[in-house]
Amino acid sequence: MERTHYKQEINMTEALMSRINELIRHYPEDKRKSALLPVLHEVQDAHENWLSYELMDKVAEILHILPVEVYEVVTFYTMYNTKPVGKYMFEFCQTSPCCLKGTEDLMDYTCEKLGVKVGETTADGLFEVRGVECLGACGYAPMMQLGDFYKEHLNEDKIDQLITDCRDNKIILHDK
Amino acid sequence: MSKKILLDKINVPGIKTYEVYRKEGGYASVEKAMKAMTPDDVVEEVKKSGLRGRGGAGFPAGLKWSFIDKKSGKPRHLVCNADESEPGTFKDRYLMEFIPHLLIEGMITSSFALGANLSYIYIRGEYMWVYKILERAIAEAKAAGWLGKNILGTGYDLELYVHCGAGAYICGEETALIESLEGKRGNPRIKPPFPAVSGLWANPTVVNNVETIASVPWIVNNSGDEYAAIGIGRSTGTKLISASGHVKNPGVYEIELGLSVYEFMNSDEYLGGMSSDRPLKALVPGGSSVPILPADLIYKTANGEDRLMTYESLSDGGFATGSMLGSGGFIVYNDTSCIVRNTWNFSRFYHHESCGQCTPCREGTGWLEKVLWRIENGQGREEDIDLLWSIQSKIEGNTICPLGDAASWPVAAAIRHFRDEFEYHVRFPEKIKNRNHFVAEPFAQVKHLVTKQTV
Repeated sequence: MERTHYKQEINMTEALMSRINELIRHYPEDKRKSALLPVLHEVQDAHENWLSYELMDKVAEILHILPVEVYEVVTFYTMYNTKPVGKYMFEFCQTSPCCLKGTEDLMDYTCEKLGVKVGETTADGLFEVRGVECLGACGYAPMMQLGDFYKEHLNEDKIDQLITDCRDNKIILHDK
Repeated sequence: MSKKILLDKINVPGIKTYEVYRKEGGYASVEKAMKAMTPDDVVEEVKKSGLRGRGGAGFPAGLKWSFIDKKSGKPRHLVCNADESEPGTFKDRYLMEFIPHLLIEGMITSSFALGANLSYIYIRGEYMWVYKILERAIAEAKAAGWLGKNILGTGYDLELYVHCGAGAYICGEETALIESLEGKRGNPRIKPPFPAVSGLWANPTVVNNVETIASVPWIVNNSGDEYAAIGIGRSTGTKLISASGHVKNPGVYEIELGLSVYEFMNSDEYLGGMSSDRPLKALVPGGSSVPILPADLIYKTANGEDRLMTYESLSDGGFATGSMLGSGGFIVYNDTSCIVRNTWNFSRFYHHESCGQCTPCREGTGWLEKVLWRIENGQGREEDIDLLWSIQSKIEGNTICPLGDAASWPVAAAIRHFRDEFEYHVRFPEKIKNRNHFVAEPFAQVKHLVTKQTV
């Protein structure tokens, strides 16, 4: 796999390392690798929601595993990002039960409003629109994931409000 | 009104907290199991209850527990499968979000029964706020002495942790889940050996769904026989059903197994009938992987009997006329829903979620998606319908895990019951172009244009 050259400042703060060490303690002493997925979530959240190869190498070092063991996991699971992403990722569930309630129209609306296509980031780096597979909120459709939280029963007015709230820095992305 | 055993306390203010949950009688099953029963007694009660795995497969839970290898001397583990990702299914999240201590209590009682001292709840990464709720609930339970060393002075130790996935439907398959819990890609393992013999870190492991484990406290408190008295035949107890699509009241419901599909669909206590009063066209009763049923097979079986919400009645007649209860993901379609687009959408999901380990699944799911997309977009050929049938038949049964079957069944059922809609797409491409996504002209109005054929 070719290494990308996106720049990322690595900042393994004391608080982050403390949380990582706590996660490692959830598994037997000789099974540190089991902490890989939760640790990657923590590290990604603390690094603008993406993971550079240097950062993945750092995780490998902490867990005493090979870097390739981290790469193969990061590229398998959809929630890890290997390049910079928009600060606010509007991840719309685009699976059938949501589509029955109008997700496709709402995605079109959001894209038009933000001037992007699905999968693109706005020029200011603030927003990204994605279509993702089932988020398990079929009865509360249409919906999207934004950070750690779900935004459900969406309509155009609610999308407008969310965009405004994001711009005004009123949205909490992670439940820490 | 159906008896509630999982959600009966859901509306008690503050039930999320340990204090209120305990005041409402919570953790009684742990006390009873540890002080008045042996682990084998607990297994026996679960066996008597007839409780079947609520994740979709419906395998008897007590029997699964009895397979765990107690002779190897290795540590044993209980792993809760909270990787709910099947389209149409969102019940486990509801339970964990609103009454988290019920799952924690179930985990402790079940771990005791299995002799497990280290257990995990594997939750899908997307449910991150629920992960935090569970973490907080576990901390509360531990502070109150229900977890840790020497619980209730019995000498039994248990540590319980939540582990989060990172977006992979395949990790709902128990061996893929174990791989993921070991910090690897979620590639299912070949069975045997089954997890009960060689599971997490090659130790004997039981993997059970959230709803299954949450049912254990009631069974221990009230007896397996009491549980078995609820429901009908081999479909005992209650079941959480998550309903979505074109109904008035979508959401999560606890029903007694044996309720009629008609009552569930139409009574005000449950779904309240169709939204917008449009006619019912189709139903997926158990999550996206199970066969879709056309309107004339929803309320009645092929024999003309009332269709019931049970494992047996929903599958009556096999896939020719029935479907499956599955995970209880109840998706309802009105007459404006495009079955071809729906089938394409499901195929895209399975293609996206295939781990890629088995060739029939890796290649077949992509092929299905591609052919369905061209039919849906007015570029289909007459032979494409038989091609779809052929591809799905070569995936089913030819993969390590059931994801291949799950990808195959919706396509087979859609062609079996709605072949004329596929033909309509192929023969009248100009009529389906530039449509408004899932919304189709009611097929009854254009049905005369195609001649119905059967597979």
